Amino acid sequence: MLTTESLKKIDREIAKYPPEQKQSAVMAALAIAQEEQGWLSSEAIEFVANHLGMAPMAAYEVASFYNMYDLKPVGKYKLTVCTNLPCMLSGGVDAGEYLKQKLGIGFNETTPDGRITLKEGECMGACGDAPVMLVNNRRMCSTMLPEQIDKLLAEFE
Amino acid sequence: MAILGALNPMLTVGLNGDKAWRLDDYVKRDGYSALKKILAGKMPQDQVINEVKKSVLRGRGGAGFPTGLKWSFMPRAFSGDKYLVCNSDEGEPGTFKDRDILLFNPHSVIEGMIIAAYAMGAARGYNYIHGEVWEVYTRFEEALDEALAAGLLGKNILGSGFDFELFAHHGYGAYICGEETALLESIEGKKGQPRFKPPFPASFGLYGKPTTINNTETFAAIPLIMNLGGEAYLESGKANNGGTKLFSVSGHVNRPGNYEIPLGTPFPILLEMAGGMRGGRELKGCIPGGSSSPVVPASIMMDCTMDYDSISKAGSMLGSGAVIVMDETTCMVKALERLSFFYYEESCGQCTPCREGTNWLYRIVHRIENGQGRADDLDLLGSVTTNIMGRTICALGDAASMPVQSFVKHFRDEFAYHIEHKKCLVPPDIQRAGSGFFKATV
Ligand SMILES: Cc1cc2nc3c(=O)[nH]c(=O)nc-3n(C[C@H](O)[C@H](O)[C@H](O)COP(=O)(O)O)c2cc1C
Ligand code: SF4
Ligand code: FES
Repeated sequence: MLTTESLKKIDREIAKYPPEQKQSAVMAALAIAQEEQGWLSSEAIEFVANHLGMAPMAAYEVASFYNMYDLKPVGKYKLTVCTNLPCMLSGGVDAGEYLKQKLGIGFNETTPDGRITLKEGECMGACGDAPVMLVNNRRMCSTMLPEQIDKLLAEFE
Repeated sequence: MAILGALNPMLTVGLNGDKAWRLDDYVKRDGYSALKKILAGKMPQDQVINEVKKSVLRGRGGAGFPTGLKWSFMPRAFSGDKYLVCNSDEGEPGTFKDRDILLFNPHSVIEGMIIAAYAMGAARGYNYIHGEVWEVYTRFEEALDEALAAGLLGKNILGSGFDFELFAHHGYGAYICGEETALLESIEGKKGQPRFKPPFPASFGLYGKPTTINNTETFAAIPLIMNLGGEAYLESGKANNGGTKLFSVSGHVNRPGNYEIPLGTPFPILLEMAGGMRGGRELKGCIPGGSSSPVVPASIMMDCTMDYDSISKAGSMLGSGAVIVMDETTCMVKALERLSFFYYEESCGQCTPCREGTNWLYRIVHRIENGQGRADDLDLLGSVTTNIMGRTICALGDAASMPVQSFVKHFRDEFAYHIEHKKCLVPPDIQRAGSGFFKATV
């Protein structure tokens, strides 16, 4: 189900916790599975649960509780825009509107070519750099005014 | 470098090197000297805790609880595992200081945690890092590797016989995991749902073992306190408000960013350090301690000093030190609407008053903002908040209610105007100009 590289990464996470507490690695293991496969299918969640010796339902609960797991397929690029108040004061909401117009989609939608999914996010702990957005859960983009947004979109193939 | 300025700094001294986060840079800045002194001199555990008590360091995560006192709650005689946890889940809207501490000075947190673990006899620790800041997580893991390789972590630290293992745990997007018991549930691999207290973590914490949880910035202050002595640290702040603090200034200022100032510094000085008001506009209101703290109108705010006591006298809380600045272009109804949406989204749903109440609050503020407010809506908002407050497992219920109460109290006319005229008091084009977003294209 997962590549040996992903499994190695998961083992490294398991080693952080006491031997009888393997379940503690579930968040990391789900993130690693999602990184490899683009999203979390129920098979992937079940695989992770079995690997950690926990009930699949318990792993599913975790996957559905935290915002950054995708339980449905997303575009090649998932763009999460922070629109919380501190960002809003410096253009976070405007940035969301600008993206919706440019891409012709709303929040939680994907462009018809499957390239870009747009999401609305909560405070990312980076409000001083507002407007901020996150690409594929990993790459934080700062001060995203129209020009910077255009540049970012041009990078996406 | 995102720490933009400082007055008599302690936490952010010398971070201007281009690799300030590396171990050798930290050691050049006297890093790990406090730990070395403690271990070499076999300083009694009580003495470490007493020094922290003397410093009157108050928790930097939001509640402002005295750190030394918290440490003294850990059971001494307990012979099994004890845990130490650092709360870097920084999700309180407006707060971005822990991110910069971990990016530019991760070893200060590691050293603070090792000293804390020594003082409380904890053999294992975790640093829970906010999901959205991947770079911070990888940087902290690198710092852990450096410390391990240098014999500062793991077995028999610096030949002292003291063992302490430390790991990073990466969150994945849930504000509620900043609440300490939800955070423990999350490390255990569960949904982040807060636990009933008591029992408190000092008796029943991670995996059911005695656990102490402190904020990133709290740990970062520990080496300073041990080097300076508790009294000198206290004197660098203000009575009952020891030390300096990082303030994250966001919103309508010219230079949003982190600023380190001694507690007790007047607010106008902080505002000036942040470049003053954007476009020279007027201050309308300020949320001084993260989105959960009550909003303070401009006239009161300008008379405040930045410390726990002064902000509390002004009817708010210093909280996490996130200063959200709003100028006259801000529609206060829209501002509150966004915050109420946040708490509704992030309620973990365990308690009925919070789950249902946050939904009500959002729906009511939303309809006022959208021209569908009803004459009795402001009273209704008041009664929903009193039905939430004090009736929930964790403080998120209160955190959702306090903004509502304070916005309506201080800007009641603006809410009433919305209800009566079905539109904003601040014209939409002025609001649009406030963010500065479209300036770049037109
Ligand atoms: C809803 C909620 C969110 C919180 N978020 C954070 C957070 O992001 N970071 C933090 O350090 N403390 C947060 N806290 C406070 C913690 O529960 C806890 O008091 C703190 O981590 C203790 O550390 P300190 O004493 O060093 O401040 C939050 C509390 C609540 C109720
Ligand atoms: S107050 Fe809200 S967030 Fe806290 S435990 Fe209850 S439902 Fe969950
Ligand atoms: S509000 Fe957007 S990062 Fe904090």
